[in-house]
Amino acid sequence: MFGLDKKDASLLLIVTALVAFAPFLLNPFPEGSAMAQFNAGYPDLMQRFVIFGIFAIGFNILFGLTGYLSFGHAAFLGVGSYAAVWMFKLLSMNVLPAIILAVIVAGIFALIIGYVSLRRSGIYFSILTLAFAQMSFALAYSVLTPITGGETGLQLALDDPRIFGSATTAEGNIPVPGFFGLEMRDSTELVLGNWVFTFSVGYYFAAIIMLLSFYLSIRIFRSPFGMMLRAVKSNQQRLNYTGLNPRPYTLAAFVISGMYAGLAGGLMASMDPLAGAERMFWTASGEVVLMTILGGVGTLIGPVLGAGLIKYMENIISKINSDILHSWFAFLPDGLEDLVVTLIYPFIGKGWHLTLGIVFMLVVIFLPGGLVQGGQKIAGLFGRKKAQEPKNATTEPAE
Amino acid sequence: MDAIILQILNGLDKGSAYALIALGLTLIFGTLGVVNFAHGALFMIGAFCAVTLSRLLSLSHKVEIPGAVDFLGNPQMRDVPYIYEIFGENLGATIIDWAVPLSILFAIPVMILIGVIMERGLIKHFYKRPHADQILVTFGLAIVLQEIIKYYYGANPIPTPAPSAFVGSFDFGALIGFDPGTIIYPYWRLVYFAFAAVIIGAVFAFLQFTTFGMVVRAGMADRETVGLLGINIDKRFTIMFGLAAAVAGLAGVMYTPINSPNYHMGMDFLVLSFVVVVVGGMGSLPGAVLAGFLLGILESFASMREVIDIIPGINQVIIYLVAIIILLTRPRGLMGRKGVMED
Repeated sequence: MFGLDKKDASLLLIVTALVAFAPFLLNPFPEGSAMAQFNAGYPDLMQRFVIFGIFAIGFNILFGLTGYLSFGHAAFLGVGSYAAVWMFKLLSMNVLPAIILAVIVAGIFALIIGYVSLRRSGIYFSILTLAFAQMSFALAYSVLTPITGGETGLQLALDDPRIFGSATTAEGNIPVPGFFGLEMRDSTELVLGNWVFTFSVGYYFAAIIMLLSFYLSIRIFRSPFGMMLRAVKSNQQRLNYTGLNPRPYTLAAFVISGMYAGLAGGLMASMDPLAGAERMFWTASGEVVLMTILGGVGTLIGPVLGAGLIKYMENIISKINSDILHSWFAFLPDGLEDLVVTLIYPFIGKGWHLTLGIVFMLVVIFLPGGLVQGGQKIAGLFGRKKAQEPKNATTEPAE
Repeated sequence: MDAIILQILNGLDKGSAYALIALGLTLIFGTLGVVNFAHGALFMIGAFCAVTLSRLLSLSHKVEIPGAVDFLGNPQMRDVPYIYEIFGENLGATIIDWAVPLSILFAIPVMILIGVIMERGLIKHFYKRPHADQILVTFGLAIVLQEIIKYYYGANPIPTPAPSAFVGSFDFGALIGFDPGTIIYPYWRLVYFAFAAVIIGAVFAFLQFTTFGMVVRAGMADRETVGLLGINIDKRFTIMFGLAAAVAGLAGVMYTPINSPNYHMGMDFLVLSFVVVVVGGMGSLPGAVLAGFLLGILESFASMREVIDIIPGINQVIIYLVAIIILLTRPRGLMGRKGVMED
C-alpha cells in the first residue's frame, strides 16, 4: 500500500488511527474526576504533540540515518516561525502560503548552514551547528529586531497590510489563521456522559501534515537514498573508497531535516501567530535531541513517541503540586505520607526537568535504542521466544 | 590607546573564566577522550560551593539585646552567627567577609570528589561508546545536576559579594601614565585574572615537572604503551578528571562576585567553552588557554561602541563567527595536535 511493504503500511495505519482518535485516547478520565488532570486531550497540547513530532521526525532523518548530531536544529524551527508570521502579516491569514514559505525559507537557511557545517563531522559538526544557531538567536534577539521583533517577538498587528486578506475582522480584531475558511482555533465538543472530547481544526490540520511527513520519512528510510545515508553513518571512509562523495547525500539529508523543522515552525505559528527568538535558543535544539533519543533514534516511530512523551511530561507532570501528592497518598499513615511526598516532590511540578534528565540518562545508558528498543525487548521477553530461538542458534557459530 | 587597554583588561576576566573551563575540558578530552558536556555544570557547582560556604558561615541564632525591649515589653532579639562565638566578633566578621576566597579550600575536596565519582560511576562506562553517546549522557547529567541545584537553591541568582577589601575599583591608568580616571578596573576582576593565571600555571607545572604529570602526558600521547609498561594509567586519568573538575569548580567559586550564581550559569558558559576548546584545538592545553583569553578579549573589543557602530550586533556573534572561520580554515584549531579528533 502506498509503495510500502506490509510492515511499514501497518505501522502507518496504526499511527494514523492513533492520531485520528487521539482526542478520545488522550482523554481517558472523565471530566471532574481526580485523574482528569492527566488528560492530554485538549487541542493546545495535542497540537504540540504532532508539531514536535514533525520536528523530531525531521531531526531523525539527519541524526538517525547519517549519525550527524546537530545541536542547532531549533534555528530552522525559529526561522520557519518567523517566515510564517511574516506571511500572515503581508499576504493573508491563510496558513497555506505561510507554511510553504516557512518550509522554503528553512530549507534555504539549512542549505547555507549545512554547506558550511558539513565540511566537518563528529563533535566539530555539533559545535558548528551550535555556533550557527546561537548566532541566529543572538542576531534575532538584537540587531534583526526590525525583522524579528527582538525581545517581544514577532506579533500580528491591526495595521498589517495583508494584501490578499482583510487587515481586520468585521469587529475590528486581528483575524485568526485559517485554511480556506476553516479557522485553526475552531473546535467542536462532544459530550458523552462525563467525558468531554474536543475536536479542533488546528489539531487535525497539523495531524494530517504530520501523517504526510511521517509517510515521507518512511519512504526516505526505505529508499536507496536512505540506504546511502546509512552507509555514511556506518562507514564514511569505505564510502569514499568506493568512489562516492557522501557530501551531497548528507547535505540533502540536512536540508530535508531543516525543512521538516521549518514546517514544524510554520505550523506552530499557524496555531498561535507569534514567533520569538527563544525558539532558536540552544536548549530548544537540545530538546529535540532528547525527544529523538528518548523515543529511539534511527527508528521510524521513535521520535514521535519521544516528542509526545516529553511534551506530555512538560505539560502534565509540571502541573502536579504537593497538595495533589498529599491527596494521593492520603491513605498512608501521616508520617509515612509526608515522607513519601517529600521523596517524590523534587521530581514533579517545577522539578520535572529533573525527571526528564534522569530518564534521559537512563535511556542513553541502558537503552541506546530508546523506548522502541525497550518495547522490543519487552516484546521479546513475552511471546516471541520460540521465533527467536532458532535465529540465535544460527548466529552463534558465526561468532 | 586608553580605550584599547581598557578593553583588553575587560576581556581578561571573561577570558580567564573561558580559559579555566576550556583547560578542564581539554584535560578530560586529552586524557580520557571524552567530550564532557557536564563541565559547565561543574563550574556552576563550584560557584554554589561558595554560596554554600558563605551560608554555612553566617548560620546564626537569636540572642537578646541586653536592656532593649520592644513596645510590648518583650526583649529585642538579634541574629548572632555561631562563628562569632567561636572566633570572637572581629575575627568572625572577617571570616564571613572572606567567605568567597575561603570557599576555595572548601571547593577543592568537594569538586575532586564529585569529579572522581562522576568518572568512576558514569563516564568510565562510556569510553568505548561513540562520541555522540558521550555528549548525550553528559548532557543529561548536566540537566540533572542543574535541576538538583535549582531545587535546593531556587532559580534566582544569589548575590555573593567579594571581601570588602576588594570592593571598589582600581585606577589602572594612573599607574601607567594616563590621566586619572580613564582606565578604571574593579579590584576583584584583577584578583580573578591573577587567580586564573596561578591555577593555569599550577596545572601546567604539575603536568610538566612532576613524575605523575609526566606519566599522564605519556598516557595522553599513547595510552596503550603506557599501560603495557605496567602503569595503571586509568587510575591516574581518574585523578586528572577530578583535577579538571576542581579547576572548573575554582573558576566558578571565584566568579561568584562578578556574576551572581544561578543554576543555568554553567550551560551559558559551557557553549562558549566548547567553542573555545575547538578554536584552541581539541586536546591542546596551551591552545585552550590561548583561545580562552583571545576570545574573551575579542568579545570585549567587539562590544566597543565604535565597533558596534560599524558592524551592528557584532558583539553578540563575534565568538561564534571566529569559531566558524577557524574551523573552516584551520580544521585543527589554533594549536591542535595532529591525529586528535580529525574526523
